[in-house]
Amino acid sequence: MSATFVGMPAFPAAARAATGDAQLRHNLRKATHTIRDRRRAVVEELDDWPRLRAAGRAVKDRVLRHLDHYLERLEEAVTAAGGRVHWAADAAEANAIVTGLVRATGEREVVKVKSMATQEIELNEALAAAGITAYETDLAELIVQLGDDRPSHILVPAIHRNRAEIREIFRRTMSEWGVPAPDDLTDDPAALAEAARRHLREKFLSAKVAVSGANFAVAETGSLVVLESEGNGRMCLTLPRTLISVVGIEKIVPTWADLEVFLQLLPRSSTGERMNPYTSVWSGVIPGDGPQEFHLVLLDNGRSATLADTVGRQALRCIRCSACLNICPVYERAGGHAYGSVYPGPIGAILTPQLRGTTTELDASLPYASSLCGACYEVCPVAIDIPEVLVHLRERVASGGGHTAERAAMAAAGWVLNDDRRLGLAQRAAGRMRGLVPRRLPGPGAAWTDTRDVPAIPAESFRDWWATRERGGGPDARGPADGRGRTEGGR
Amino acid sequence: MRIALFITCVNDTLFPRTGQAVVRLLERLGHEVVFPAAQTCCGQMHYNTGYRREAQRLAVRFVRTFADCDVVLAPSGSCAGMVRDNYPRLADPGSRLHEAVSALAPRVVDLSELLVDVLEVTDVGAYFPHRVTYHPTCHGLRLLRLGDRPQRLLREVRGLELVELAGAEECCGFGGTFAVKNAAVSAAMAADKARHAADTGAEVLCAVDNSCLMHIGGTLDRQRAGVRVLHLAEILASTEEEPASL
Repeated sequence: MSATFVGMPAFPAAARAATGDAQLRHNLRKATHTIRDRRRAVVEELDDWPRLRAAGRAVKDRVLRHLDHYLERLEEAVTAAGGRVHWAADAAEANAIVTGLVRATGEREVVKVKSMATQEIELNEALAAAGITAYETDLAELIVQLGDDRPSHILVPAIHRNRAEIREIFRRTMSEWGVPAPDDLTDDPAALAEAARRHLREKFLSAKVAVSGANFAVAETGSLVVLESEGNGRMCLTLPRTLISVVGIEKIVPTWADLEVFLQLLPRSSTGERMNPYTSVWSGVIPGDGPQEFHLVLLDNGRSATLADTVGRQALRCIRCSACLNICPVYERAGGHAYGSVYPGPIGAILTPQLRGTTTELDASLPYASSLCGACYEVCPVAIDIPEVLVHLRERVASGGGHTAERAAMAAAGWVLNDDRRLGLAQRAAGRMRGLVPRRLPGPGAAWTDTRDVPAIPAESFRDWWATRERGGGPDARGPADGRGRTEGGR
Repeated sequence: MRIALFITCVNDTLFPRTGQAVVRLLERLGHEVVFPAAQTCCGQMHYNTGYRREAQRLAVRFVRTFADCDVVLAPSGSCAGMVRDNYPRLADPGSRLHEAVSALAPRVVDLSELLVDVLEVTDVGAYFPHRVTYHPTCHGLRLLRLGDRPQRLLREVRGLELVELAGAEECCGFGGTFAVKNAAVSAAMAADKARHAADTGAEVLCAVDNSCLMHIGGTLDRQRAGVRVLHLAEILASTEEEPASL
């Protein structure tokens, strides 16, 4: 069973460990740069990309503004098409609903389509507790599951693994779950894919129940949409008798015309493809064709609370493309596990603290897991201003418990900076101490001086130099104020 | 033209040479520089770390200090970005602060914007006979949208050889308090930036923000990489008579 994120250390500690893992950094750098370059190429070739992006944002905002209306519309349409709709307020409720539905079929095994919502609620663990085995069928999710590992990327959950590691995982564990890997398995990608294909084929042909998520739910016709690259999802969506889909309430698009916008935005942003390879759409049940029983579990799990926050709600526009992960210099170096959530990277840093709250040390550290460089906002296909939400969540964390020393320091700095005379006095005091600053600072300052020199403090601030000059004083009024050495001014 | 200088607290306290270079450059071009003495700090550190109220107080001070100025030069991309991009978020819509911010923010510019857009000059008569590479800082790039303005200015500098920096648009890892809150990741980002800088063979890495340069320069110095960092103002102020000291 896959490991969970409970009990993870706060982001800085986990990220520090990851930066020391040379193999991990190499894997991540190679993978993220490849996808980011591909995305850039297929986005730049469209001259109407900014308009598509604006349209995507507008559609999602409209849905969020009238979510109650569209949810009821969706429920009506799904019901009319022969499906059943269930409402889950949180993870526990969703897990109980799905477990009950699987139990009712009498089956002990389910096949799964790659799904973030079911990862979020830790459905596999809940099913296991009820004696039901869930088989992940997405290749990367399979690698994660077989390796008793955790996903580290939204689109490419096993991005932290290279092919040698994957071969090892397949050889060691495939036999415990079903068809074993061949004895002579190499780390050739085609051989690895073939081993996975043989292993999964047995599951597809025997499974009676499938569990999926959905990328989109079209309210007007009650249609669910899954985009994937392997065809494994389609196997699960068409072969079993019963299909259960767990879908976040924000996944709605009103009409097929709205869907068209996202079928352009998503593939280009996520895999860097012009068109998605396997797009499956189903509306309820069709007698004699595909699953004969369909259940839609609509999941809240913190989304309504997020919607209530006027700044933070934009995170609900997310279509899980991963473009922000692939461009993020922090994600590239920290890796996905450091974020302690199925949603890593910049979007995770604003989504997780909103869905889960900021009561744990880990969740409270996530809004700070960014240099606010803004690259994520620039690539986001639905224009989520991630830096804005990060800063907003920092306010929430800073005004909560803890942070006593920082709050005191910030208040003191604010007091000095809110008066030019106080600032001038502080600068002069610092100038007098300039010879005394050690190369390695003690305490929290060490976080800077472990890897970076500190700037030398100049003898005279700019404002003092200016004042002297205004008084017409000083023989060197136009030149450097103090005839300092070359490293003066801090460099 | 009469130009109000918002020196920024970091330049004022740690990098007065940049301010002196700005004054020398603008006066050489025939403009008048004024320095409103009541100025202190834009509040970026407080705002970005989650201390909105303190940031708001500093924003009030800023707009009060500069309200009457036609153009305000902030020789720091991130401070200019703070005023233009974040001040409107700090002020409640309809408030007096919001009104004051809306009026003032568009007149707050970075040095390259002042020269290229306002003063309409790219050849400032500078001389700097060195190999230079340019790092476009994140806020200059993504908040101010400076584009190639700094490079256009650098290309006109006599004697200067401008060389391309690999991975130029990637953040150096400074990020204000990020540099200490997430020191390991910050340092890893700086190490990559420093390596790219050293690979160019440039003597100088130039940018429009001394905070980023303090971070990159501190890393380069610790590594004894032999690459110096200089603010754009210091290169543009440099002449044969008064060369910038390296």
